[in-house]
Amino acid sequence: MAEPKNKYDRQLRIWGEQGQAALEKASICLLNCGPTGSEALKNLVLGGIGSVTIVDEFKVEMNDLGNNFLVDASSVGQSRAKCVCTFLQELNDAVKAKFIQESPERLLETNPSFFSQFTLIIATQLLEDSILKLDKICREGNVMLVIARSYGLTGIVRISVKEHTVIESKHEHFVEDLRFHNPWPELKQFAESIDLNVVDPVIHKHIPYAVILIKLVEKWKEMHDGHLPLTRKEKDEFKHLIKSLMLDIDEDNYKEAIRASFKVCPEGIGSDLSQILEDGSAEVDFGSSDFWVMVAALKEFIANEGEGEFPLEGSIPDMTSSTEYYVNLQKIYQAKAEVDFLAVEQRVRSILKRIGRDSDAISRADIKTFCRNSRKLAVRRYRSIEDEFKSPATLELQKNLNDEEYSYTFGFYVLLRAVDRFAANYNRFPGLFDRRVQYSLKSSEVADDVHRLNSIAVGILNNLGFKAKTLYEDLVSEMCRFGGAELHAVAAFVGGIASQEVIKLITKQFVPVSGTFIFDGIEHKSQVLPI
Amino acid sequence: MAAEAATTSIDEGLNEDGGRWKDLDKLILRPGTIVGDNFEPGPELKENLMKMVRVLVVGAGGLGCELLKDLALSGFLNLEVIDMDTIDVSNLNRQFLFRFGDVGKPKAEVAAKCVMERISGVNIVPHFCRIEDKDISFFDNFHIIVLGLDSIEARSYINAVACSYLEYDSDGNPSDGIKPMVDGGTEGFKGHARVIIPGLTPCFECNIWLFPPQVKFPLCTLAETPRTAAHCIEYAHLIKWGEALKRAELFGISGVTYSLTQGVVKNIVPAIASTNAIVSAACALEALKIMTDCSKTMSNYLMYNGTEGIHSKMTAFDRDKDCLVCGPGILIELDISVTLSKFIDLLGEHPKLLLSKPSITHRGNNLYMQAPPVLEEMTRSNLNLLLFDLIGKIPKDIIHATGTTSINGKRTSCLRKLRVIFKGTAEDVTDMDTMGAVYRFVDKDNPEFWGYPVPKF
Repeated sequence: MAEPKNKYDRQLRIWGEQGQAALEKASICLLNCGPTGSEALKNLVLGGIGSVTIVDEFKVEMNDLGNNFLVDASSVGQSRAKCVCTFLQELNDAVKAKFIQESPERLLETNPSFFSQFTLIIATQLLEDSILKLDKICREGNVMLVIARSYGLTGIVRISVKEHTVIESKHEHFVEDLRFHNPWPELKQFAESIDLNVVDPVIHKHIPYAVILIKLVEKWKEMHDGHLPLTRKEKDEFKHLIKSLMLDIDEDNYKEAIRASFKVCPEGIGSDLSQILEDGSAEVDFGSSDFWVMVAALKEFIANEGEGEFPLEGSIPDMTSSTEYYVNLQKIYQAKAEVDFLAVEQRVRSILKRIGRDSDAISRADIKTFCRNSRKLAVRRYRSIEDEFKSPATLELQKNLNDEEYSYTFGFYVLLRAVDRFAANYNRFPGLFDRRVQYSLKSSEVADDVHRLNSIAVGILNNLGFKAKTLYEDLVSEMCRFGGAELHAVAAFVGGIASQEVIKLITKQFVPVSGTFIFDGIEHKSQVLPI
Repeated sequence: MAAEAATTSIDEGLNEDGGRWKDLDKLILRPGTIVGDNFEPGPELKENLMKMVRVLVVGAGGLGCELLKDLALSGFLNLEVIDMDTIDVSNLNRQFLFRFGDVGKPKAEVAAKCVMERISGVNIVPHFCRIEDKDISFFDNFHIIVLGLDSIEARSYINAVACSYLEYDSDGNPSDGIKPMVDGGTEGFKGHARVIIPGLTPCFECNIWLFPPQVKFPLCTLAETPRTAAHCIEYAHLIKWGEALKRAELFGISGVTYSLTQGVVKNIVPAIASTNAIVSAACALEALKIMTDCSKTMSNYLMYNGTEGIHSKMTAFDRDKDCLVCGPGILIELDISVTLSKFIDLLGEHPKLLLSKPSITHRGNNLYMQAPPVLEEMTRSNLNLLLFDLIGKIPKDIIHATGTTSINGKRTSCLRKLRVIFKGTAEDVTDMDTMGAVYRFVDKDNPEFWGYPVPKF
């Protein structure tokens, strides 16, 4: 590698050195390397994933040349796993690429412990029965599982992981914690040192809006028995108060203060975050993960030194200001963030000791990152596939069935399971007749398949708790038309989504999808269904 | 061959491609229940797709590489690709058709060669140049244009070119020359894919507001009150290289790094393989649907965001009926003998326009400008020339006029798109003579001045 840094520049801007290091440490196993699997792996190899192992039993046939870029005409007759592996290696020689010419189904039977060596398994084009077995094995071995499948103009991506915790969720549109309503002594002092009635117009228009708001909230509270401007009317009055101090209508800092005036009222924490704080896992013991140990410390901090507040993040947004004011303000916020961090760190250390772990088991850098992101934590838990099938989330799904806008996706969710049952019964997918492709919708064999598929789908619907007697017939008919086809464009989409979720799971940055992603290639109204 | 095959059913493994397109065939050869209006499945459709349809891919970068692969494997075997860039090391994390050894070579050429080597039967013609360098007639060759670009300007340009093929009937309905486009874009975990069918769906200009203007820092902030690392870098870029770091130290600002410098100055956006793959795949699938009608076409703008979960939202945007690029404009029929000066007078008298003091442009060239004085003087001599000659003897074209008109009793400045047709030329559309909405400008002395019907004043 001449200059790996340079090569990965565009992605380092997203997940940083830490995210990249996590990718380079990961070892991935791909089951079946048709286009869906090949495309998923291609995106990961380009990004510099540590190692990949491909498990696929097939030999390259003519139809692979029509939908898979990672094989070519010279590959026909050779092991598909080997050909895909060779091409992937060509893309990035920093990646260790291996292959095993074997059927994933057989491996599940003969060597289940094989799967436990990997960080994550990407299972593509597997049928229901094998997925159930694989999910069990992965859960027992603590291996992450991502299921991806393309089928005609539809597809599915489903994550199965017991628990995934995220510190760096990288939320967008996040309102910074600036404490205008409740400044700590140093910040208050700094605001007090600046006179809003300064006569020099140049100084006046370079007072940062943070200072304007801190001073005016103070003033407001004095006039209103210590209350913040909460109602719409009060908020408008507060804006008028800001406006009344402008020397000139063109003062950017005052305009920014008016625009940012909503920040004087603390946002309160969202339900996701309060659920994390109340989660049973925050009662930590020796077996707890670092994440939950830090959550426990966070709870203690909020109840004690934090006085009800989270640790300060320490960064401030850009605002019109003189350089001096701005840099000083920044230093005050950073200093407070450091104080909060030290308090949290101390609590982490003592908790670690209490639960019988080395008190230095969690690095300072990790605790610091945790503090900076403590209001953005995320936890995802995925039910096992078996649970999903046995006790479906009927009520949640019901909402989707009634949603006209997304009628296809729910239908596809049911039909993707129905085609597997069909295959189990008839040893072929619906709409596959010997070697013929062309057919007439009126022919009896097509009508029979549509009818059979519909009955199976209705059976699944009833098991899901729906009383429907039929599924959208046109969609059932389309499903027969697809005949198990793996179209390249659909595979590239579904594989692309799968690889993106893999990146999120491995880097522990950004938040993976919460439910089952169903691809709608007809109208592109894809949807995430609750698990 | 097509006719023969049409009479018998195609047997996998027995047809000429040895079952290579077995998967795609299901969509192209079989009738369906949820399909486009003009879907005619069968070998003829397949033959058209693979042998007749020509696709232009604009851009051979992150999206372009994926697009070429996706389109070729969707049965589009005649492709051309245009890109002005050469390969950089930082492309290699996603532009999978390039290797270390290719750094410095033209993207279009390497990409075309790589895809042709791997997918037998596909033909890709590369063009290593700017899109603006191509003669407008270059675009005549393509049935569909797929865009994998990172610039608003380039999108705007191609959009205008594609929309220029659009012809309207006298009722203002699109009649001919529809050149569809599929456009993709990504940034980090986010992206979009959209379908533009000029005249039927909004064009790029109809909702240009979807693209926010780029962040520009006011110069006074950079020079006098810098606050962030980006401010110092932008300053150094404007004033002098190498001073950024010194300046940051002077003001006590941290965070000026090489990586950030590149990001600020070159406006580098983060880019990863997976998002490009997702967006390109969506674009290629839509291209297939548009050209074959094998399923419904998306309507019409897909937004994807993978930062928190998977958000994939389809929005059906509306056309801007008055869009200057894809709208019908106002049809005006003229005699070849009309001078520019007379044309300007006519615009003032036209009941739908009533334009006073209009400035006239044609394909970006100023024919006559009312202001500023310098331009007025430069273009004044055109006034006595024939309009037909001024626009290069094109029998039918679009002319833009800017002037003031009266809307609800208020003088308002406006830009109008005019479809000008010259009578007696090859393009003279005779069947329009009977249509009510056509206004024909002929000679003032001619009693049929306003053509048919005679407008009432």
